[in-house]
Amino acid sequence: MDLQELLEMGKQERDRQDLKQTRIRCCTAAGCLSSGAAAVKNSLEAAVTVANLEDSVEVCGVGCLRFCGRGALVEIDPHRILYEEVTAENAPAIISALSGEERNQEGLPVQGDRQHPFFALQMPIVLENSGKIDPERIEEYIAVGGYQQLHHVLMEMTPQEVIEEIAKSGLRGRGGGGYPTGLKWATVAKMPKGQKYVVCNADEGDPGAFMDRSVLESDPHRILEGMAIAGYAVGANYGYIYVRAEYPLAIKRLEKAIQQAKKYELLGSQIFDSTFDFKIDIRVGAGAFVCGEETALIASIEGKRGNPRPRPPYPAESGLWECPTLINNVETLANIVPIIREGSDWYASIGTENSKGTKVFALTGKVCNTGLIEVPMGTTVRQIVEEMGGGVPDSGTVKAVQTGGPSGGCIPAEFFDTPVDYESLLKLGTMMGSGGAIVMDENTSMVEIARFYMEFCRGESCGKCVPCRAGTVQLYELLSKFLDQQATHADLEKLKALSYMVKETSLCGLGISAPNPILSTLRYFSEEYEELIQQDSLNGKVTV
Amino acid sequence: MQSIATETKNREAKSTDHKKTQVDKRFKTLDITIKRNHYRQDALIEILHKAQESFGYLEPEVLSHVAKQLKLPLSRVYGVATFYQLFSLKPSGVHSCVVCLGTACYVKGSDRVLTAIEKELKIHVGETTPDGNVSLMTARCLGACGIAPAVVFDGAVAGKQEPEMAVIKVKTWQEDKE
Amino acid sequence: MSVRTLTIDGQPVAIAEGATILEAAKEAGIHIPTLCFLEGVSAVAACRMCLVEVEGISKLLPACVTQVAEEMVVHTNTPKLQEYRRMTVELLFAEGNHVCSICVANGNCELQDAAIKVGMDHTRFPYRFPNRSVDVSHPQFGIDHNRCILCTRCVRVCDEIEGAHVWDVAQRGTAAYIVSGLNQPWGEVDACTSCGKCVDACPTGAIFRKGTTTAEKQRDRAKLEFLVNAREKHEWTR
Repeated sequence: MDLQELLEMGKQERDRQDLKQTRIRCCTAAGCLSSGAAAVKNSLEAAVTVANLEDSVEVCGVGCLRFCGRGALVEIDPHRILYEEVTAENAPAIISALSGEERNQEGLPVQGDRQHPFFALQMPIVLENSGKIDPERIEEYIAVGGYQQLHHVLMEMTPQEVIEEIAKSGLRGRGGGGYPTGLKWATVAKMPKGQKYVVCNADEGDPGAFMDRSVLESDPHRILEGMAIAGYAVGANYGYIYVRAEYPLAIKRLEKAIQQAKKYELLGSQIFDSTFDFKIDIRVGAGAFVCGEETALIASIEGKRGNPRPRPPYPAESGLWECPTLINNVETLANIVPIIREGSDWYASIGTENSKGTKVFALTGKVCNTGLIEVPMGTTVRQIVEEMGGGVPDSGTVKAVQTGGPSGGCIPAEFFDTPVDYESLLKLGTMMGSGGAIVMDENTSMVEIARFYMEFCRGESCGKCVPCRAGTVQLYELLSKFLDQQATHADLEKLKALSYMVKETSLCGLGISAPNPILSTLRYFSEEYEELIQQDSLNGKVTV
Repeated sequence: MQSIATETKNREAKSTDHKKTQVDKRFKTLDITIKRNHYRQDALIEILHKAQESFGYLEPEVLSHVAKQLKLPLSRVYGVATFYQLFSLKPSGVHSCVVCLGTACYVKGSDRVLTAIEKELKIHVGETTPDGNVSLMTARCLGACGIAPAVVFDGAVAGKQEPEMAVIKVKTWQEDKE
Repeated sequence: MSVRTLTIDGQPVAIAEGATILEAAKEAGIHIPTLCFLEGVSAVAACRMCLVEVEGISKLLPACVTQVAEEMVVHTNTPKLQEYRRMTVELLFAEGNHVCSICVANGNCELQDAAIKVGMDHTRFPYRFPNRSVDVSHPQFGIDHNRCILCTRCVRVCDEIEGAHVWDVAQRGTAAYIVSGLNQPWGEVDACTSCGKCVDACPTGAIFRKGTTTAEKQRDRAKLEFLVNAREKHEWTR
């Protein structure tokens, strides 16, 4: 394929779409599918046929429409009407409402408020195509400019220039750590020529996080294009996408996307008749949270137990099969195409001084509006939880929001005016993590939450290093002692001491961050621990 | 009573017969997968996925067959198969019920859903009912946090589950089994 | 070959580039405790006993895999390290069923030595008393999982020196255990050559020769060194 053909293909698709006056977009991401989206789509198609509107109305499946808590979602284009909690029975009413003649609202589902901060405060960059295009058709991706940036990079930029552009944009890794992406790319690029790999980490394991899944399900080609650009920049011609098996729809759509891209020679040998070859394979995980850790992920791709190994050497120097390997998370790679297209200055103008661009959060828990939000870095926690999320249902009180999953901590309500960026969250004793934001209300016991995460880490520890394998077990037991109201002040000291020990001596990120939920809740909600402590018997004498 | 017993026996006999012919076929499919992966040792996890798909679970014969084909040590294959949560070395029930215990689901009460199902089925997580009808499992996070708490019944995700709803679903399985 | 100079516990050391802190310390006669490390096989940095402090680096580094750097300043025995090492040993004791008085390795056990070294006379953590098995199906050897600390030395000697790969780790986390073959009794694993290297490699009394009773276990560690030298350096000296 050459540029002419690519542009022609995009034009044809746009012309095809323009023939129809109305596009009814049905969300077919996993959340809505489990709320019956497939049946909704079928009945809408049937209703269009019955109404004889096939020439002017198209029903199509699209990616995530964000408001996951109120699925199945249907959007009417060009009217921008969003229907919530749609069922198959609503289909005829939706179709007859299209004509605008009937003002009969009977049978129509609830309409979403597009002006609500939940939508109004969003800034879609990563999710720009999500909910707009059909993720299963490459034509639609190409129609919105897809693969043009890959062409641009291959024809008009040197690998060095690509890396500089990414570095200047200020993009940092969205998997949690926030390592500067440009620096990571430069390290891999500087390694001697030879076999190198690009790995997309799609092992989104944090409970309460589903941003990456939505990107993969809604816009898979963006990841392929981002990976190919990364491959060109660092000198790799092979890519792996490591995706967790719990995401079957994402896997299916990725497989389809790779097939389509191969068919149009957008992946494979001599892409756009350049000398650049790039192939992508999918590797499916099998249920191990630790495989989100870079070195464990590499072991898993190699078909081994997902045991992490000490770093250095870092994967950038010695990764997959001991070759230099670039590992980026899904959301990081999803930012590449817009950065190349709009330029690094544009990207660097969004966000805060040290955290550029946007961040996608999965807003869940005890909050009115659950779903996916993409906001510029620097948006305050309050805006996210209270304005966009609408606070706690039934006018409850927000107590804290947990970010960073089992590796993170909680932000108590008094710090809600903190802007969301890497450094501010670290200062609060939590972390950006991959983007789960779980809201907790005053009924949530923070000690119980700490134990919940410890149970998670205990079960997900690979068992290789002692502090993580044996320490998490003892931490869990200690927390249970508190919840059983059997703990003493000595146990509180022991809990602290062991938390620091596990944090400082564990081999990989899982163990290092496993005590974070305890340390974070101890920091802000120590009174909850105190309340659970039994009055030390024997007049305050400590019995060990 | 007796007739039911003989009937079950007959069915069992039939199913073992059926199994025998099936076994060869399943190993053949497995071999095709292995061939397609060029006997590469790093494809072990992919191959185990396929094996579990066609055999239902990873029985020792399957594991040793895979090890032989890939020329891998037996202990290595066993180590990998038991490391990953999604691989099962025990046969699973006719129906499967997976309760998500991700944070969003947990905060919204999935632990209560789980306890209710455990009580109804009289089994614990990771177990199968004695009649082999239902297996109960938990998931770390299904990524269906928007519709928490989520339970997967036979592969279909159901959102916003209350303990009562989940129990009714499981009950119908138990009632429908004969 | 270039040389690196560094300071360990105030003592200057010069050693070849690429050497680890553990090797440099040994050269200087400074003892850093280890459990999973075994000369001659790959290092896995799993037990965390050999963690050291390096000035200018906030993280504790495992001496067994961290390479020396010019002008590095290493501390191997700070109060913090002592406390963490002690806790590590406590965790190990609480995790398994380590009853020295009835163990074949009593008096000749690296876990026991470590406990004495770090001054651990009791553990702050409750014993877990796991239900673990003993496998004596092998004609010459036995494995008592109660005494296993999962250092994986047996896995590595069997794989890297003998080449048989009888052992591996099964399950994960707290359920992890050393497995032979396809979870078969050790005596039924065809791959085993009965070479006994795992017995010599095991730091505790977990893998033993049959017939050894309390405090009788002996290790021929020199055999492993001999084999490694023979295979890698083609030097047959014993």
